[in-house]
Amino acid sequence: MISYLANPKRFEAFARIAIPVCGGLALLLIAAGLWFGLLDSPPDRYQGDTIRIMYVHVPAAWLGLGLYLAMAVASFVYFIWRHNLADVAATALAPVGAVFAAICLVTGAIWGKPTWTVWWVWDARLTSMLIQFLLFLGYIALRAAIEDERLAARSAAILAMVGLVNLPIVRFSVEWWDGLLHQGATVFRADGPAIHGSQLLPLMIMVFGFTFLAGWMVLYRMRSAIMSRKAGNLQRIREAKA
Amino acid sequence: MTGVIEPGEYLEFVWAAYGLTVLGVGGLIAFILAERALASRHLKREEDEADK
Repeated sequence: MISYLANPKRFEAFARIAIPVCGGLALLLIAAGLWFGLLDSPPDRYQGDTIRIMYVHVPAAWLGLGLYLAMAVASFVYFIWRHNLADVAATALAPVGAVFAAICLVTGAIWGKPTWTVWWVWDARLTSMLIQFLLFLGYIALRAAIEDERLAARSAAILAMVGLVNLPIVRFSVEWWDGLLHQGATVFRADGPAIHGSQLLPLMIMVFGFTFLAGWMVLYRMRSAIMSRKAGNLQRIREAKA
Repeated sequence: MTGVIEPGEYLEFVWAAYGLTVLGVGGLIAFILAERALASRHLKREEDEADK
């Protein structure tokens, strides 16, 4: 699939179809998720209405991690095979991942205040997620700081790959460290999800809705970046002729 | 079906979380659309120059 789409013309044909499909599905699913999450699902027995924050917090958290993984894979492909489209993908993913990681942190703090009575604690889950957000910012800053395009792409790719170390720490922090304020895994557990179906349904709808939204954003940005690079090449040719 | 329409405890936290999410996602979409408009204008200008 990756090598098939590595051809810019094939990617263009794929993006022309995938962008509206992702956008449409995101709109439908998020609308349905909001209806189920805010209106149809009951308040939690212990957490009351604050449980509804989960329907934006958890999808944002999963996307913060998933988009970083995708960025690291694209960086790896660029680093090894020097394929420009992989670099375009990694660059397109970074700000989208940063925003979802930020949403995770902010909504988590808002959920934490009524639940734990504090906005923030330096426990392993919260701190490793903050590091995840900072890794996205570091990637964006590094690319912007180096003028040489190829050097910037290679340096940022190395940072993205090194940052992968943090992903399992975020994911398994609630199992590796005892006594964390953050709750343990509730959906992906060996004995099945630990939340009621009326909460799991809006959660999963929002997860898919946010995923299609992120897909729309990344593909849209990739097409913009390709247009921009094409314009840059034409400009360089024009300036060389002049 | 009452959900967040009925007054409930800590609902202001729920609205704040959703409001900031809309702000974040909406801001990102606006940035992405502006980025496209810029790239599109730049490409059109260069293509026009190349056609001259």
